[in-house]
Amino acid sequence: MAKSYDIAELERWDARIREKAEAFGLSCYTQEFELCDHFQMLSLMAYSGMPSHYPHWSCGKAYERQKTLYDHGVAGLPYELVINTDPCLAYLMRDNSLALQVLTIAHVYGHNDFFKNNFSFRHLRADLTVATFKNHADRVRDYIEDPSIGLRKVEEILDAAHALSQQCRRNPAIRRRDRAEQRQQALRQAEPPPDPYRAIHRRPVYEPPQLDRVPLEPEENLLLFIRDHAPQLADWEKDLLTIAHEEASYFLPQMETKIMNEGWASYWHRTILNSLELPAELHLEFLVRHNQVVRPIAGEINPYHLGLKLWDDIERRCDRPTPAEIDEFGAPDCGGREMMFRVREVDRDVSFLRRFLTETLMRELDLFEYEPKNGKLVISKVSSEDDWRAVKNTLLANVGLGSVPVIRIIDADFGGARALMLRHEHDDRELLVEYAEKTLRHLYRLWGRKVVLETRLGGDDVNLSFDGDKFATAKQT
Amino acid sequence: MTTVFRSYSSSEALHSDRSSGDRQRHREKVREAIRDNVADLVAEQSIIGRSRDAVIKVPIRGIKEYRFVFGRNAAGVGQGQGDSKPGQVVGQAPKDGTAPGAAGDRPGVDYYETDITLDELIELMFEDLELPNLERKALRESIAQRATKRKGYRRVGVQVHLDKKRTAKARIRRRVATGGAPAESAAPEAADARFPFHADDLRYRRRSPDIDYESNAVVLCIMDTSGSMDTMKKYLARSFFFLLYQFVRVRYMQVEVVFIAHDATAREVSEDAFYHKGESGGTMISSGYAKALEIIEERYHPSLWNVYAFHCSDGDNFDNDNAEALKLARQLCDVCNLFGYGEIRPDGRHWHSDSMLKLFKSLDADNFQALRLESKSDVWKSLKSFLSKERLAN
Repeated sequence: MAKSYDIAELERWDARIREKAEAFGLSCYTQEFELCDHFQMLSLMAYSGMPSHYPHWSCGKAYERQKTLYDHGVAGLPYELVINTDPCLAYLMRDNSLALQVLTIAHVYGHNDFFKNNFSFRHLRADLTVATFKNHADRVRDYIEDPSIGLRKVEEILDAAHALSQQCRRNPAIRRRDRAEQRQQALRQAEPPPDPYRAIHRRPVYEPPQLDRVPLEPEENLLLFIRDHAPQLADWEKDLLTIAHEEASYFLPQMETKIMNEGWASYWHRTILNSLELPAELHLEFLVRHNQVVRPIAGEINPYHLGLKLWDDIERRCDRPTPAEIDEFGAPDCGGREMMFRVREVDRDVSFLRRFLTETLMRELDLFEYEPKNGKLVISKVSSEDDWRAVKNTLLANVGLGSVPVIRIIDADFGGARALMLRHEHDDRELLVEYAEKTLRHLYRLWGRKVVLETRLGGDDVNLSFDGDKFATAKQT
Repeated sequence: MTTVFRSYSSSEALHSDRSSGDRQRHREKVREAIRDNVADLVAEQSIIGRSRDAVIKVPIRGIKEYRFVFGRNAAGVGQGQGDSKPGQVVGQAPKDGTAPGAAGDRPGVDYYETDITLDELIELMFEDLELPNLERKALRESIAQRATKRKGYRRVGVQVHLDKKRTAKARIRRRVATGGAPAESAAPEAADARFPFHADDLRYRRRSPDIDYESNAVVLCIMDTSGSMDTMKKYLARSFFFLLYQFVRVRYMQVEVVFIAHDATAREVSEDAFYHKGESGGTMISSGYAKALEIIEERYHPSLWNVYAFHCSDGDNFDNDNAEALKLARQLCDVCNLFGYGEIRPDGRHWHSDSMLKLFKSLDADNFQALRLESKSDVWKSLKSFLSKERLAN
């Protein structure tokens, strides 16, 4: 099909969409669109949309995988790719029809607004993102080209760093105590609780806290801790850990807001396009595409669908609450849109779902919980009166970083032998031992001494350990 | 708010293959993975007797990126179509045991299937194997590699060997010699028009044959074909020799191979008969060794030849032949660079009274190696241990 539009036409549509977006109150970064073909799109996807990214074989793998899926028609390519930068960068597929481009442009403004305003992204310097990634890429390339280091060594460290990079602080909005404050806290906790009958009670035994312990409190940032405490890492190795950590922390907020973000963008592309009074043929195609994107997918969770449903429900509950809702929650204190704008600023997927996914909505969506049983996935609970809370909790446990096990460093001098002790914060979900073993090997590469992971398997507390020689599973006594 | 549009530029798109380096590195890793799994592949596939360009499907588990993940017992949440009931089956649990988790954030199960030809597979397998202890022997030397190398220039030749730089220089030289202005001073196109190339300017690279010689070598394959070699044992022995033969063919251009089949008596057979002939009769291992010694004596004198002998048997020898077999094995060790004995024990009965392994324990020679083959996967392991470069180091 010959392309029936040119850049000038896209610019005209963009101007109209932008005008609408501003009128609706979206507040965006400067937007930059770039047209690309499917090869470029595949490349960009392999590098998470970054114009510049350090080389690593996993990106090659991502490319091959995506291309194989695309070539065999298993998976299509996204209509757009938008990254959280200031100015906000978005890539549009040049082969898309005009209706699709218009939809996509409106969708991108939704993401843009979300990136700029949601609290999860506050701590990132969006204006420096592209430069930071370029800088990382340059540093890694320098190490690869350094004759005393070379590709293999860099790869080994990066592989290890990637294995651990998702193990980091989850909520940047919670302030982290520094060492002095941690000390104070430990001292405070060791104090016996105030006792009004001190005079007649036996004086409680004061056990002084171990203040020389490292870390004082369980540490979530595995890579940074290792960087700062591993004895024999070279400077370039430490730098690679920093790079891997920074990259991971850049992408974490996006994982944490996937449902909200896609729902928000879908809500706004629908709202904006409906307000544009599109010609009939464009409008029909828009409806078709829109429904493709936000359709429910049986057996899975489509973040576009779930997100949009929730945003619609928030708006409805504020604008047109049912009498039952007014009885239960009281009359809404603001209009639907105002509420939505508030929510898009202060929530992320976990809190968003916890606050706004109601029993009614869960039943309407027919959410269920499934469990693996004899090689099959079997529904264990549906959103019934008794079980909907359980289903909801399972959902909450699986969104965003909930699907990543919480693992913290609790002791850097375990057994007095500088072994690294980690604890898996067990929540009824077991670790996959094969993966844990390989990851511990990576961890050992970085720490250089024995690593021990405390977890629970089959109801028993066990220690998984790797000492450079062999992997061991030992029951705790 | 403002917007910038950047249009598509096809020339930029053509040059934007930035993932090529990373893809190549990933493929290297996949190749390494194939190599590490060769033993399994050899065990899984019936590659014996297949033509060398037969295509084999090789399943490769993707190069995994390990991290801490939840395992089998983790529950997930999905959306139904309005009629979900507890107990309904909604899908297959992932095979590698990773948690089902929420949609979209889970790395997919990576499974590639690559087609490679038997030839490529064999090349991969034998990349770092060689005939150990290859010595320089007198007299005839076999050609190991035929190639050509550069050796000067000449004025006649075929077009592909044309040396453009020298040809151009020759033309300049001729122009200067004929008194014409140097090329720089005139407009180039005008100069070209006035001073074309001449047949005398043409210079060709000259190539001369470059032959690598390697010492003579012969590989003796001795296989027990007695009645006690049942289908499984036969299969293991033939797999072993098939791989050995492929190895010799891939790595050495002119190594000779001799096939000896024995039961109570031994005879030299053709390759085809060696792989496909049935079995019968009792076992006299000494007969096979005697035949081998006879062939060595007649055709492959150890002063001129590197001799490698490999024997596969189930070790079920006539008791009264054992002394003779041991004696001849000793003689074989004296004349061979390497004498390998593979005892085939698919039943895994280690206490077996008739084991030749026990007998050969007394054979105290550096160039003797005895192994036990119990299953398909041992075939490759044993071959590797016979032929690996490190064998001699330890």
